Amino acid sequence: MNTRIELTSAARPGPPLWLLLELTYRCPLHCVFCYNPTDFANTGQELGTDDWIRVLREARSLGAVQLGLSGGEPLAREDLEPIVAQAHTLGFYTNLITSGIGMTETRIKALKDAGLDHIQLSFQDSSREMNDFLSSTRTFELKSQVAALIRKYDYPMVLNVVLHRLNIDHVGEILEMAERIGAQYVELANTQYYGWAWLNRDRLLPSREQLRRAEETLQRFRARVGEKIQVFFVVPDYFETRPKACMNGLGSVFLTITPDGTALPCHAARMLPGLTFPNVREASVQAIWYDSQGFNHFRGDGWMKEPCRSCPEKTRDFGGCRCQAFLLTGDAANADPVCDLSPHHHLVTEAVERAAHSGAGSASKPNEKVLLFRDHRISIPVTTLQPD
Amino acid sequence: MSELGATARPAIAHGLRLQWEPAQEAHVLLYPEGMVKLNGSAAAILSRCDGIRTLTDIVADLERSYGVAGLSDEVAAFIALAVARCWLEIRP
Repeated sequence: MNTRIELTSAARPGPPLWLLLELTYRCPLHCVFCYNPTDFANTGQELGTDDWIRVLREARSLGAVQLGLSGGEPLAREDLEPIVAQAHTLGFYTNLITSGIGMTETRIKALKDAGLDHIQLSFQDSSREMNDFLSSTRTFELKSQVAALIRKYDYPMVLNVVLHRLNIDHVGEILEMAERIGAQYVELANTQYYGWAWLNRDRLLPSREQLRRAEETLQRFRARVGEKIQVFFVVPDYFETRPKACMNGLGSVFLTITPDGTALPCHAARMLPGLTFPNVREASVQAIWYDSQGFNHFRGDGWMKEPCRSCPEKTRDFGGCRCQAFLLTGDAANADPVCDLSPHHHLVTEAVERAAHSGAGSASKPNEKVLLFRDHRISIPVTTLQPD
Repeated sequence: MSELGATARPAIAHGLRLQWEPAQEAHVLLYPEGMVKLNGSAAAILSRCDGIRTLTDIVADLERSYGVAGLSDEVAAFIALAVARCWLEIRP
């Protein structure tokens, strides 16, 4: 008997197995590393309940099965419960990705009754001071209460903390917090530099030394705790020499619907020039996924340039991230400059170098004057704005 | 990891779900923000892990269903792997 397990790898174009609904860009937090577009304040009107439910039905019939409910803060939507209920009835595995702000016992119970499968709760740090500084809110205590509610209602809990220069030295304390609040999974996600994080990049990139210490701390934790808590450490790709297989290739498995109904092959893809992304108000999910220019353009490898085109590794990493290639080199069809075979790789190593001298401060003494906090009153381009 | 006894009763771990996906023509195991697509053998074993049947029951059922003998070691090895990956938990 063959008991080998095949990990999912979609043929192209297979079904959109992963559906992410960004239900709203509204969020009470102002995180400096938010990946939401920096012009989110200019987005169109949010979809209504019926539209979201139609999207769920259409995507499910194509084969979507993992559902992320995100934002912004998805709890800002008062119709989250009926959306979850419909998703559950359709057979989705439902993941709520939340800051916890807006969660109450009444709502967490209603979500359980609606069939919510899992809650990912984000903290900005293990300390109240840094959590509240990075999100520009007083939310640490509230998040701690939500963690207790997640346990009480018996949800699997993923603790998510986005890592960067100002909190990466706290990895040990963050892992202790995960143990204390009863998380089964911990996602230590080094910042990916898009959106607000891109603006703050040179002040958020950690040093190599910080990264090395964090990885050592993690190894000690794994040795002590074993499999009881599974820790995913998302490596900061600026320190790598090969790019991440971003989205498993654009248009391969991942479908995002933004608050106004625009469909994207990744949550940052709206920035890519020359692509047209349809809206679910005007097109079916099937037509969007299989027939639209925005989703077909970066499928396969016909779009690739050298060194990717002739690279034997192109079937493994798909040339890396299109958004990163665009942000760093100005051309989304270039190799992701994280790859040391890219002629633009120096842009990445120079950024790491520059960050070491940016004056962003440290975990014990952050310099808020040089950080740009997510705020709906700010719309890009901005160069000299100060946080309030 | 402790040795699996013949009377161990494996069950799909809390918070995970096993289901048939027509679009993938396969069973999948769903967990927070992830999924594994299962081949036929893995699905046949996991779908019998209901927290009621013992390892012995599961092996006997598989051997009967597929008309083969001597599956015990392979089934036990797969279940041990699935426990290590936190896909299964062992009920007393």
